[in-house]
Amino acid sequence: MSENTNTNTSFLNDAGNRALIFQAVLLAVVVFVGYYLFSNLQANLETRGISTGFSFFNEPAGFPVLIHLIEYTEADSYGRAFAVALINTFVISLLGIILATIIGVIMGLARLSNNWLVARLATVYIETLRNIPLLLQMFFWYFAVLAAMPHPRNSIVFGDFFINKRGIYSPNPQFQDGSGFVLAAFLLSIVGAFFIVRWAKERQKATGHWFPAYWASFGTIIGVTLLAFVVTGFPVEFDLPSKSRFNVTGGMVLVPEFVAVLIALSTYTGSFIAEIVRAGILSVNWGQTEASRSLGLPDGKTQRLIVLPQALRVIIPPLTSQYLNLAKNSSLGAAIAYPELVAVVMGTTLNQTGQAIETIGLCMLVYGSLSLSISLFMNWYNKRMSLVER
Amino acid sequence: MAIEFKPSPSLPPPSDSVGPVAWVRANFFSSPLNIALTLFSIYVLYLMIPPVLQWGLLDATWEGSSKAACTAGGACWAFIGAYFEQFMYGLYPETEYWRINLALILLIVLVGMFAIKAVNKLFLSIAIIVVYPIVAFILFSGGMFGLETVETSNWGGLFLTTLLGVVGIVASFPLGVLLALGRRSNMPIVKSVCVVFIETIRAVPLITILFMASVMIPLFLPEGLNFNKLLRVLIGITLFSAAYMAEVIRGGLQAIPKGQYEAADAMGLTYWQSMCLVILPQALKLVIPGIVNTFIGLFKDTTLVYIVGMFDLLGRIQAANHDANWLGTTIEGYAFAGFVYWIICFGMSRYSMAVERKLDTGHKRK
Repeated sequence: MSENTNTNTSFLNDAGNRALIFQAVLLAVVVFVGYYLFSNLQANLETRGISTGFSFFNEPAGFPVLIHLIEYTEADSYGRAFAVALINTFVISLLGIILATIIGVIMGLARLSNNWLVARLATVYIETLRNIPLLLQMFFWYFAVLAAMPHPRNSIVFGDFFINKRGIYSPNPQFQDGSGFVLAAFLLSIVGAFFIVRWAKERQKATGHWFPAYWASFGTIIGVTLLAFVVTGFPVEFDLPSKSRFNVTGGMVLVPEFVAVLIALSTYTGSFIAEIVRAGILSVNWGQTEASRSLGLPDGKTQRLIVLPQALRVIIPPLTSQYLNLAKNSSLGAAIAYPELVAVVMGTTLNQTGQAIETIGLCMLVYGSLSLSISLFMNWYNKRMSLVER
Repeated sequence: MAIEFKPSPSLPPPSDSVGPVAWVRANFFSSPLNIALTLFSIYVLYLMIPPVLQWGLLDATWEGSSKAACTAGGACWAFIGAYFEQFMYGLYPETEYWRINLALILLIVLVGMFAIKAVNKLFLSIAIIVVYPIVAFILFSGGMFGLETVETSNWGGLFLTTLLGVVGIVASFPLGVLLALGRRSNMPIVKSVCVVFIETIRAVPLITILFMASVMIPLFLPEGLNFNKLLRVLIGITLFSAAYMAEVIRGGLQAIPKGQYEAADAMGLTYWQSMCLVILPQALKLVIPGIVNTFIGLFKDTTLVYIVGMFDLLGRIQAANHDANWLGTTIEGYAFAGFVYWIICFGMSRYSMAVERKLDTGHKRK
């Protein structure tokens, strides 16, 4: 310090010293506020007689959860209810991401279409859904559309599918003995298809001839799986829903809460993804398309080999944040009683046990790690797709 | 003697390559796929537009005092008419609506005065940022100058939505700038405090923040000290959008070439001078679209306060849906709310495009 402090500047005029003092003050403030809040918390918890810790996790929860993909009854513990809710959040996020991506890509391409009518329709879709709050859309689907479905007595019937107020009923596949064999055949055929594609690429590099590997691998997967089905004698039976006088029983039920959250999440996020896809494709220089055409590539290959790989580089980073938004927005399902993390843990569990710190902290931790894992995965994908330079 | 070369006038382009016929052909019927898409779109329009028009306009009932008056089979807009004041002002006492209206008119007049050249912009800014909020607060909550006190629990409807949105936007912007500058700082402690704050907030949904604001904050305060729920929710919303704002602004800061920072240093400007006079004006201009998108997101997110028990526009509509006199008017309520939100959000996005064009100084690559 003493070398660069010349005699004309006072101690406080030295930028390095000021930075040190400023940071020391900031650190002191942060530590003091943290300590102050923590000591208040301890005092408050003591006066209210709330014990801290996660011991309540082993106590029986005593409330039902509408949708549970693992066994769950009211006698199970809070910990089990937490696991059920966690699975529900994951399921809705994953399905939402897949559906939103499909909707977004279709709508983004449609908005760029040469067809005037298609482009206008896509624009109306995107501009309408983007500018209306997600919660309102969820309420609309749940309270206005799905609640207006007919009473079970007058269910709408499509073959073995029934739609009514209580949900969408569909046949439920029951896997019998031998279906393990079919599954194994299916997985093996996927591995086989992977090797076919790899072989075809190597061959093309060596000889320049392209083998229709994608069709071949598609055929392999379908063919082998079907063959396995035939050999084992179709080990799947369907539990068909049946309509009695007042109700529909059996089959697989998609309850309205689930359907409403899924539709709202995927159409809303889809409208954002559509704009990202459009911007990504527009960002690829038109010269690239012209160059590809002058090389003699047909339109499909121009899109697939030239435009899309370059557009993806622009698309992936904002797409990641849309996926993160979707996962976080799935928490709005709590408002229409879809039993996801916020509804079960921060809603019912918090109300019954009063463990505010633990439940809210746990939720934040789960969403934090969900966000982290999505962004890690997308960063990895981004790195794979990014421009390789010298 | 000289033969003059006289070109004959050029022929008009072939009639099938110009004009509406060619446009229709190129747009709608250029290929089999295109024809299929056109037919599909027309079918979609046929499915959507006539029923909606029939329901919303032709068969609609505009006046009446209960659902029983709506016999035409279409939309029951009388429901919106009956509840209009609640949707706008919440449970604010009817005789005191003028206070909200006055505050709104005052704001419009003050902002409108920016267009008048003779007015001192600095004084006007101070009036809007410092004086106006105090006046508006006194008007809204009363208890002074003979105004009747109105509890914040009675504030609601579009009034509450606008209040949350405007306060959130005005408060989160400077905080976002500070956080963004802090994240780009050379001081390790400042930087890490900002990074931890921004990333923690961005990792969790707004609902958890609102729950924290309404359930957890009282646990962290000393016994007896407790402040208004509206204020707690406002703090939650502001901190939440400040974190997103900071990331948008950081993008702008990173896009400014190093030469600008160095030039400002070489001029002998202090840190704050170089930021306020050189870097931020350029950086903020670059990220106007992102900033406005954050504002729009914040405005839409204000609906979430309904989940922690406050009745904004959406909340009032949910409450009105349970009125036994008006059962079965949910779609009308949501359509009205959707329309209001859509107008505001779409308007904001168009306004940002206009501002972008106005501030474009032509350095952008065309």
